[in-house]
Amino acid sequence: MKTIKTALFTALMGATALAAGPTFAKDLRIALQSDADVLDPDQSRTFVGRIVYASMCDKLVDITPDLEIIPQLATGWETSADGKSIRMSLREGVVFHDGTPFNAEAVAANIERSQTLDESRRKSELKSITSTEVTGEHEIVLNLAGPDATLIAQLADRAGMMVSPTAAAAAGADFGLNPVCSGAFKFEERVAQDKIVLTKFDDYWNADAIHFDSVTFLPIPDTTVRLANLQSGDIDMLERLAATDIPQAQSDSNLVVDSAVSFGYQGITFNINNGDKGDNPWGNDKRLRQALSYAIDRNALNQVVFEGAYAPGNQSFPPNSPWYNSSLPVESIDLEKAKALLAEAGYPDGLDLEVQVPNSTEPLAVMQVVQAMAAQAGINIKLTSKEFATLLADQSAGDYTASQIGWSGRVDPDGNNHPFVTTDGGINDSKFSDAKMDELLNGARVAPTTEERKGLYDEAMTLMLDELPRLFLYHVTWIWAYNDNMKGFTPYPDGMIRLENVTWEE
Amino acid sequence: MYAYFARRVLIAIPTIILISIFVFALQKLLPGDPLLVLAGEERDPEVLEFLREKYRLNDPIPMQYLAWIGNALQGDLGISLRSNQPVTELMAEKLPVTIQLAVMSMIFAMVIGIPAGILSAVKKGTATDYVANVVALSGLSIPNFWLGIMLILLVSVKWQLLPASGYVPLSVDFGQSIHTMLMPSFVLGTALAATLMRHTRSSMLGVLSADYVRTARAKGLSERVVILKHSFRNALTPIVTLTALLFGELIAGAVLTEQIFTIPGFGKLVVDAVFNRDYAVVQGIVLVTAVGFIFMNLFADMMYFVLNPRLRGQ
Repeated sequence: MKTIKTALFTALMGATALAAGPTFAKDLRIALQSDADVLDPDQSRTFVGRIVYASMCDKLVDITPDLEIIPQLATGWETSADGKSIRMSLREGVVFHDGTPFNAEAVAANIERSQTLDESRRKSELKSITSTEVTGEHEIVLNLAGPDATLIAQLADRAGMMVSPTAAAAAGADFGLNPVCSGAFKFEERVAQDKIVLTKFDDYWNADAIHFDSVTFLPIPDTTVRLANLQSGDIDMLERLAATDIPQAQSDSNLVVDSAVSFGYQGITFNINNGDKGDNPWGNDKRLRQALSYAIDRNALNQVVFEGAYAPGNQSFPPNSPWYNSSLPVESIDLEKAKALLAEAGYPDGLDLEVQVPNSTEPLAVMQVVQAMAAQAGINIKLTSKEFATLLADQSAGDYTASQIGWSGRVDPDGNNHPFVTTDGGINDSKFSDAKMDELLNGARVAPTTEERKGLYDEAMTLMLDELPRLFLYHVTWIWAYNDNMKGFTPYPDGMIRLENVTWEE
Repeated sequence: MYAYFARRVLIAIPTIILISIFVFALQKLLPGDPLLVLAGEERDPEVLEFLREKYRLNDPIPMQYLAWIGNALQGDLGISLRSNQPVTELMAEKLPVTIQLAVMSMIFAMVIGIPAGILSAVKKGTATDYVANVVALSGLSIPNFWLGIMLILLVSVKWQLLPASGYVPLSVDFGQSIHTMLMPSFVLGTALAATLMRHTRSSMLGVLSADYVRTARAKGLSERVVILKHSFRNALTPIVTLTALLFGELIAGAVLTEQIFTIPGFGKLVVDAVFNRDYAVVQGIVLVTAVGFIFMNLFADMMYFVLNPRLRGQ
């Protein structure tokens, strides 16, 4: 008994000492909502994995908070007149964490790996590259099957992350167990579901902008526990603060809350023509889908479920995106119009709609509010809650009428549209097919200037809101909370945590 | 006695085989395609097909089972679909964490439960008995996740005494490790303390009314000696068995506790694996846990023989 007492006492004293102790060699501790999957940019799929890469793996290009593409490992790029090749100049004096020099050969090897590794998830992103030519130590030419306006933006994410060709060749598909990139921090250790530790890379090309000795990422799934850890000082920063916890975080004078609207979306996808279940009133008649859209008060939805922290939306881009079609603002609720459309479609007394929804708190809350709103117009929504893997399988197999689902978003507008609504789109679970839509979205892929592309997307969005194979509801806002000793953090719409020029001031 | 144990071990073998078939079949019955999640948001058909081949998901289910059990017998439980780490490695990493949590919780449970049980038996029918019973019932009724979050808010956020979550291995920093584990093991321990208290109480009550206890009192022995030496020792047999069996319950309780306190143990591993449809990991864990539980039962049976000399002759 006495020993236990002594142990308890020592433990408590230790805790007090720790809580008060200052930190010099600063290890930045960041809590993530879930554990990352395999740490190989060519194989990984999770959002949190990308947060880890933001500190560990540099990309050919990066984005600004306004979605402009800027140099990172590539210092410049130029598209040929026919749009069929891109000449890229590369940063000099860059080395990978294992000492392998970064050069044109390394870029060529990386592109080859992304395109040919059996396990690669990046194949579709780099499909347009047919070959690479090393034209100098720090210059490479990418030959394309045809003009591809989306390619450079792809290189601003995992497809553009450069891994050490030496390490990749040696490890093959097991590269993720010990990743070697060229970013500001190098991989130190990982304990599954516990932590991922990165330490500062002294030979980093931009080492002067890095002010932490190490970064530890800790997966803490429960939002309340994540915030409690931040308030108790066990962590320095957390990502994805729950919207409902914002007031609590803001009331703590030691914390800072920052946010950025993501470029993804959440909405309802309809089964238009996917198997037998596509043959239903909701899939057959766009007026019903329009009626549902008019019955939803998107601003109220945002207020009720997210305390107004998210961005109400009606397009595949958020209203603050440069690609948003501003001539089609978020409609206000119009129950008369909704009822008129239902009557016109032959359902003056309303009708039923079954929507499958992931069985987690947020989507369920959103759909319950939508259900109540739709009921006012006579639409009787029945919610079927499913575990995510099941929902996805049913949606892909066409075993659904409507599905509450979202998309994490891509830098280039193509990624938020083309795969979902073009006839041969890879994830067109609606099996929506419209010749005009195909023409517009295929055209936007090859159009040479941003202005021309914007025109095509504006037109596509007009058509999209008329047809509504996807009905958009809102855009998630990334919310970070961090200790106010941390200075210089910039929120980005991609939800990443970039540590360049971030400092710690006690 | 030895024949009895040999028979018990032999019975364990078909039990384990049945469990392995059951676990494998259950996994296959779960709706949802694991690969759709694994293939990433784009769900590239080429990647899907490759993964199906790689993880033998195109083979008939009995063939998949035979391939898995064949490897398992050689100590290879496959690799995690999600992180590419070998399942045996993941388990070896997590097992010490959960064992530490279980042992510390058990200490909490025993330190609270046994004295409370003795006290409430000795003071049967008095206010002390009722208070102990109410406390024990609350221990059983308060859900772990609620108690956990309340303690985090109070002890970590308000008083800043203990870390809110996380884990430090014993080998890295002994003191810090015990210190981070205090709150989770307290939460897990309180629920078990209640069970233990109730059992100690009833076992003690049985013994306290026995003739030899009356004799001991008649001899003029002090109440302290009567209770601790004559009664408690004899009441101990069922308590020891129960404690061994409670370890099974501890592992189940650890699933929730580890989730709240973000402790990277067995429980958290299995929950994450189920949600990610990480077949190999779920199968490996259930198999190992089932084997462990069977041996725990066997151990409890052996304890009967050790503690009760009258059984040895049979």
